[in-house]
Amino acid sequence: MRLGLPFLLAGFAVSMQPAIAQNGEIGLPKAVEAGNPFSIQSSGSGKATLYIVGLGQVLKRDVNLGETISFPAGSLYHAGHYVVVLAGPTGTESGSLNVTAAGKPAELSFLAEPSRLPVGLHDGITGAAYVFDAYRNLIVAPSSVSFELSSPTGAAQRRTATTRDGAAWIAMDSTAQQGKDKFVAEIGGISATRVIGQVAGDPCELKMSAKSSGSEVELETDPVRDCSGNAVPDGTIVTFTESYRDSQSTVDVPLKRGVAKVDMPAHDGATISVASGVVMGNQIRWEGR
Amino acid sequence: MNKGYLLAASLMAATALLIVAGIKWPVPAALAYTGGSEALEHSYATPEAAVRSLAGEIQARQWNSAYDSLANKAEFTESDFERDVDGYNINARTYANVNNFEVFPLHSSPTDADVRLKLHWATVVGDIVTSRDLHVVKNGELWQPAWPYVKEPVVPPQVIPVNYLRWDVIYRGAGDDWGAQDVAAPNVRIIDMHPVERAEGVVVLGELLNQDVVPAYVSVNATLLSKDKKPIDTEGSFDEISHLLLPKQVTPFLIRFPNASLSDVGSIRMTPFSSLVPASADPVIEIDNEKLNPAPDSSLTGELINQSGQTVNVAHVLGTLYDKNGQVVWVADQYVDSALLPQTPVAFNIHIPEDLARKVSSERTVVASYSFGGAE
Repeated sequence: MRLGLPFLLAGFAVSMQPAIAQNGEIGLPKAVEAGNPFSIQSSGSGKATLYIVGLGQVLKRDVNLGETISFPAGSLYHAGHYVVVLAGPTGTESGSLNVTAAGKPAELSFLAEPSRLPVGLHDGITGAAYVFDAYRNLIVAPSSVSFELSSPTGAAQRRTATTRDGAAWIAMDSTAQQGKDKFVAEIGGISATRVIGQVAGDPCELKMSAKSSGSEVELETDPVRDCSGNAVPDGTIVTFTESYRDSQSTVDVPLKRGVAKVDMPAHDGATISVASGVVMGNQIRWEGR
Repeated sequence: MNKGYLLAASLMAATALLIVAGIKWPVPAALAYTGGSEALEHSYATPEAAVRSLAGEIQARQWNSAYDSLANKAEFTESDFERDVDGYNINARTYANVNNFEVFPLHSSPTDADVRLKLHWATVVGDIVTSRDLHVVKNGELWQPAWPYVKEPVVPPQVIPVNYLRWDVIYRGAGDDWGAQDVAAPNVRIIDMHPVERAEGVVVLGELLNQDVVPAYVSVNATLLSKDKKPIDTEGSFDEISHLLLPKQVTPFLIRFPNASLSDVGSIRMTPFSSLVPASADPVIEIDNEKLNPAPDSSLTGELINQSGQTVNVAHVLGTLYDKNGQVVWVADQYVDSALLPQTPVAFNIHIPEDLARKVSSERTVVASYSFGGAE
């Protein structure tokens, strides 16, 4: 309903297009920057009503024909195409003007994906920045956005990308060290920061040891690390499997404080193996000590 | 209009007839749910009939008369008997009823007999069967069953230290800018997938790995595509999967396509779903003495031992069966019929289809557990 009147007026103005071409008695600027002051020149005499109709905004003003109609800063702030209709006592004149986004960026929407990824992944991190003016209009004119991905050690990757139709995007590598990286996009002093969690990869050289504990065998892994030396996070499941004669025992144990520990039945001659996900560790043949 | 009245009158008459028939000749199973024991079959003329009567009373939850009919009631109280049948702790059978029962004579003599009673419980996870072997003795002209009472397992008082490991999640807010970052869904991967043709239709088997460092709630959908790439049917794994996967944990899954034929299938589109959920790394459950038992009665048996300090109310055992090449040939599952108390072994016995049992060379078992009033 709120957009009903603008559409009605827009339809009316479109139907008047041949009249504009013939009369052309309304002086309109070709383009107005969003939020900037502007003026419209009218001709003739008497009183009239001026309508400026866009998809997101409508202005109505009572004017005296023949005067310059001034609009202060902030009058039109939604970028887009506007229809201008001047309804006077003897007829109607119309025209159109374009409102463009302000040139100065004021806001940045920054999409960074994923929020979490394993270390050492080529082009694993992507960032897309959308540049807006102070009125949330997308600035479609090409502009340069700088991206910086910095790891907790201080090492940083820096790249620059030029916006196309208002967006700039980039892909970056995750580093070899786990931790929380800061991913920053910046343009004209405006910046947006995202946090990327770099996490350990698959366990590497998974190794367990066994010692006797009464009727049970106490199994414990060495601190579990990935191939870059990062500690695999607590909660990661390590599977211990004990095969003895024709039976088998299995326990899925979460890492706690970097190691997985479990007691299993001690059977002389049993074979015990360890694995995590699709990574196999060492195998032990239990001979009672 | 006349036809309409005739139809309405016929329907009303048929309804009235059915109501009268239902009152006059009620179905015993339905009667049991209403608590009406007077119509239950009470016969103690044979060992099987005596056990049947007892089972009917259990089904009707007539604990008093069931207890009174026992030959060994001096060994335990009525409430002990009720808790032994229903389960001592909250478990999958706690809010279930006995849907039906089966009685199998095992041995018989003029003075005593052994009879196996299988109770089929209608639970939220489907049919759960409990089996007890009852000794039945002749007392005068009547047979009286003795209930094989299993004493409530008691966990000795102790302190079990637990380094409580848990993940909590803060998601983005509704009012955040559309560009604001949210936590990414866990990264999961199907590491094996294999369709097989069974008498009931096509079954898709496989394994799913959580390769992330956070817990994942997972499910898998599969779509059968015809040779000209048109979808035939889409089904999900429902509960034949362990839905909660901790980091680097693997679950089997099984998806059934009833009435489908593998010869019509050109390809299969697999869609794994994962979402980030708060979860706990406990309890840890050891699966002990896993054994593949050959035909007949081929099965996967073992014992579950809850290594944590909290009671696990419902345990779901999923066995992945592999052939000698390491390919998944079947996924079998079972809900354990009782709660897992700390450090107390509970046996499981999962049936394996006999034709597949011959192909099975190795297995891998996982347990999904649920605790009421606590974390999964």
